[in-house]
Amino acid sequence: MEHIRNFCIIAHIDHGKSTLADRLLEFTKTINQRQMQDQVLDDMELEKERGITIKSHAIQMDYTYEGKKYVLNLIDTPGHVDFSYEVSRSIAACEGALLLVDASQGIQAQTISNLYLALENNLEIIPVLNKIDLPGAMPEEVKDQMVDLLGCDRNGIIAASGKEGIGIDLILEAIIKRIPPPKGDKNAPLQALIFDSVFNSFRGIEVIFRCYNGVIRKGDKVKFVATGKEYIADEVGILRLNKEPREMVEAGDVGYLISGIKSAKEVKVGDTITHVANPCEKAIKGFAEVKPMVFAGVYPVDTSEFEDLRDAMEKLQLNDAALVWEVETSMALGYGFRCGFLGMLHLEIVQERLEREFNQTVITTVPSVQFWVFDTKGNKHIVNAPSEMPDPSKIDHVEEPFIKAQIITKSEFIGPIMKLCMDKRGILKNQTYLTAERVEMNFEMPLSEMVFDFFDKLKSISRGYASLDYELIGYRESNMVKLDILLNGDRVDALSAIVHRDRAYEWGKKLCEKLKELIPRQQFEIAIQAAIGSKIIARETISALRKDVLAKCYGGDISRKRKLLEKQKKGKKRMRQVGNVEIPQEAFMAVLKIE
Amino acid sequence: MALAGLYIHIPFCSVACHYCDFHFSTSLHSIDALVECIAEEMFLQKNYLPSPEIETVYLGGGTPSLLKKHHMDVLFNAIHKNFKLLPQAEITLEANPDDITKEKLSLWKNYDINRLSIGVQSFHDDELKYLNRIHTSKQNYQSVGMAQDAGFQNISIDLIYGIPLEKNHNKLQQSLRSALELNVQHISAYCLTIEPDTVFGRWLHSGKISAADDTFQAEQFVLIQNTLLQQHYEQYEISNYAKPHYISKHNSNYWLDRPYLGVGPSAHSYNLHSRQYNIANNELYIRQVKQHIIPAQIELCTNTSKYNDYILTRLRTKWGIDANEITKKFGIHFELINKKKIEEFMSEKMISFDENVYRLTKEGMLIADHITRAFFIV
Ligand SMILES: Nc1nc2c(ncn2[C@@H]2O[C@H](COP(=O)(O)OP(=O)(O)OP(=O)(O)O)[C@@H](O)[C@H]2O)c(=O)[nH]1
Ligand code: SF4
Ligand SMILES: [Mg+2]
Repeated sequence: MEHIRNFCIIAHIDHGKSTLADRLLEFTKTINQRQMQDQVLDDMELEKERGITIKSHAIQMDYTYEGKKYVLNLIDTPGHVDFSYEVSRSIAACEGALLLVDASQGIQAQTISNLYLALENNLEIIPVLNKIDLPGAMPEEVKDQMVDLLGCDRNGIIAASGKEGIGIDLILEAIIKRIPPPKGDKNAPLQALIFDSVFNSFRGIEVIFRCYNGVIRKGDKVKFVATGKEYIADEVGILRLNKEPREMVEAGDVGYLISGIKSAKEVKVGDTITHVANPCEKAIKGFAEVKPMVFAGVYPVDTSEFEDLRDAMEKLQLNDAALVWEVETSMALGYGFRCGFLGMLHLEIVQERLEREFNQTVITTVPSVQFWVFDTKGNKHIVNAPSEMPDPSKIDHVEEPFIKAQIITKSEFIGPIMKLCMDKRGILKNQTYLTAERVEMNFEMPLSEMVFDFFDKLKSISRGYASLDYELIGYRESNMVKLDILLNGDRVDALSAIVHRDRAYEWGKKLCEKLKELIPRQQFEIAIQAAIGSKIIARETISALRKDVLAKCYGGDISRKRKLLEKQKKGKKRMRQVGNVEIPQEAFMAVLKIE
Repeated sequence: MALAGLYIHIPFCSVACHYCDFHFSTSLHSIDALVECIAEEMFLQKNYLPSPEIETVYLGGGTPSLLKKHHMDVLFNAIHKNFKLLPQAEITLEANPDDITKEKLSLWKNYDINRLSIGVQSFHDDELKYLNRIHTSKQNYQSVGMAQDAGFQNISIDLIYGIPLEKNHNKLQQSLRSALELNVQHISAYCLTIEPDTVFGRWLHSGKISAADDTFQAEQFVLIQNTLLQQHYEQYEISNYAKPHYISKHNSNYWLDRPYLGVGPSAHSYNLHSRQYNIANNELYIRQVKQHIIPAQIELCTNTSKYNDYILTRLRTKWGIDANEITKKFGIHFELINKKKIEEFMSEKMISFDENVYRLTKEGMLIADHITRAFFIV
């Protein structure tokens, strides 16, 4: 165990974690030239397409330092706020962390929040000033910031470039010298923490764990403490670029277990694995419960596919511990799931993964935060969906979640950011100059105003020079009303939204206009109405489509036309029929696009 | 053995019509070289079709009526050298009214051209101008008359409807009357559609014109349908009407899954197994053919794509969808997989069922694409 080091790479988004991981893997010859590609650990198609890490990824490396062989377990983590739960679980499997700071950008909001996560778990922090190759790098200034933040020795900061491979040897040296080897006792009863899992359709569920005490061997009879279920360890091994089976995985190491588990429900991230014969006394402390920020309904496009979708959600949940859901029914959409997400990116990723990895076509309904509604009798109702809102006559008052938002930006953007936050019902709490040009602003504002398009707006008004972190601070009373949408006179619950009363009229009008744009014309007229209670506040009409036929269809037109109609039909598959009106997915998100 | 068609694309026009997104160039300097290359391409592609026997030839474009005698010689020599033109072959040439002269007509007769498709489009000068056509309504009458006098007994005219100059249908009614007076064998009536890469497309984008009113267009479609059916034209395809025995064989081949070879820039070919697209660029076309390269991209047909093609083409025609034929050809049980939709469209009277064949009704034709999509497999 003296020769094991477990560490993760943490940073603000895009500060170069995955690229640095590439160099470490290369330098330690864990992967060869042929296997190498940019951000090799981002192996999900979606990660590659979007250029961001979504999942933490563990991989083991061998490294010989001063004649001694070391085993280094690296975990690359995502930087986006929505995936901070991935970071927190990775941290639990490590004794140290490389904290990267982009030399051209300096300390950003998630640099701070991820650092705190690591410090709470007593990780040894190795500060790395990354991307020093960039022409815009400000090494001395950013080092000042890091010293201020960490209270570390200036000489302890390693200057590096993941892209150019600068400082890699120094980083490896620091990992070995500064990060303590794992503590633990090989001879004690087995105690291993499950921190991730993956569904594999051939081999059942693969469990990723960190072994704290004892040894797990192939063929052992093991037990999951929380569920009480027992299994035979069919295969254990370590994580290289691919999984490599081993006879055993010992205390201090990170490994995987395959034991023919078929049901997703049996695996809980945070559960402890032990031996049936010689169990450990206590389970390892699991993970804090995830607090979803946004809720939305996820429905199969075809009502008959509800069970398939449930199956897919269970499997996806294995690999996305931050996803929570329960069954809900909608008048308009039938059976589906009310899901909790950590943010809008998380929602988008879940939807995409359901489609790509599990072949599900889904409709997501208008996202909402969680409201607390107090009725006239003093009872509290938890409202995650507009449809759960009690009748207005029975409501005493509504409370909505507020957050504390921390924004780090350049001082020139203070004005526009202030305006944006005020528009979003925010209250400026304080403003601190970090340096002459960099300022930290703290706001309190309703989560519902922040969670949807705030981040995009913030980025555009600050030309990218603003980073944001936020946390829930509690519930406050707000004057909220439910805005309903009616299509041809029928209320479509999946299109309802809970909005602030002062804006309800304007929203209703704009929402109708937006829906008119988004709902394709059909063979009959469609009336779109917005209503608060029984009062109609806005109306738009989509005229009937009288003609749907192209003029020409000769030689070359045939396949062009076929492809066009095929594409349109595929698009239709993404539409959900409500009554006799076909509604495209974008329509459910229209609420978010209102200016 | 399915008989084949030959399509020759002449990619030149004297001016660009505002609605047109065919491939053509208005600079005529490379016309000689290009015609030579089309002849060469016929040689390169002579084995493309299942058999060298050709039942129909269609000179389209662009504007083939602007070809000179020496161009026609080059093309027809190549046709005869590389293919076997059947004695009764239908040979069509697309002509613009302003190109038609006595000399041209007798020239065309020399090559056994026996069908003319004349682009009259409208009988109103303001509409013609709006479309940027360079002929007048008067030239329409004259050109068709001359062609008839020259002995052409199979003449088709093109009409464009849905032109938004007026809100009523008076002009279309007049145009239809004029068309009927001409007593032609075949009428193609196309709805004005605004394609992105055209003058109209750019105007629509910039807001200079507004999108078509589909109710107006639908009414005009019905008006044309009623008028022509009454005059004993048969609507054998959504946009095509013919007197008995005068349906276009060449175009029908496209809809009846028969092979065709298209030569010239942007031409398409189909040999029952694959579809092939020639490059839509005159310079590159010439360069490649000169190097004896067939300037085409190939796309293999799959069983599903062929099934979808069948639905798409057959539904538009009087031949309709034959469920047994589908089962035989593609192993797909049309009625089984579309049971609900068939019932729905039948009850809405959008399709009819007669002697084992599903066809669009008159109302159904207006939403042909909607029904096609419904039956597609994607
Ligand atoms: N110039 C320069 N660019 C770098 C360096 N490291 C990474 N980049 C670039 O920065 C971008 C982000 O790199 P990633 O490695 O994906 O960053 P990340 O921190 O893993 O991002 P997330 O996982 O999404 O938080 C990519 O375009 C990289 O090419 C570096 O050392 N120098
Ligand atoms: S409509 Fe005919 S004449 Fe007009 S530009 Fe198109 S191809 Fe040329
Ligand atoms: Mg990354």
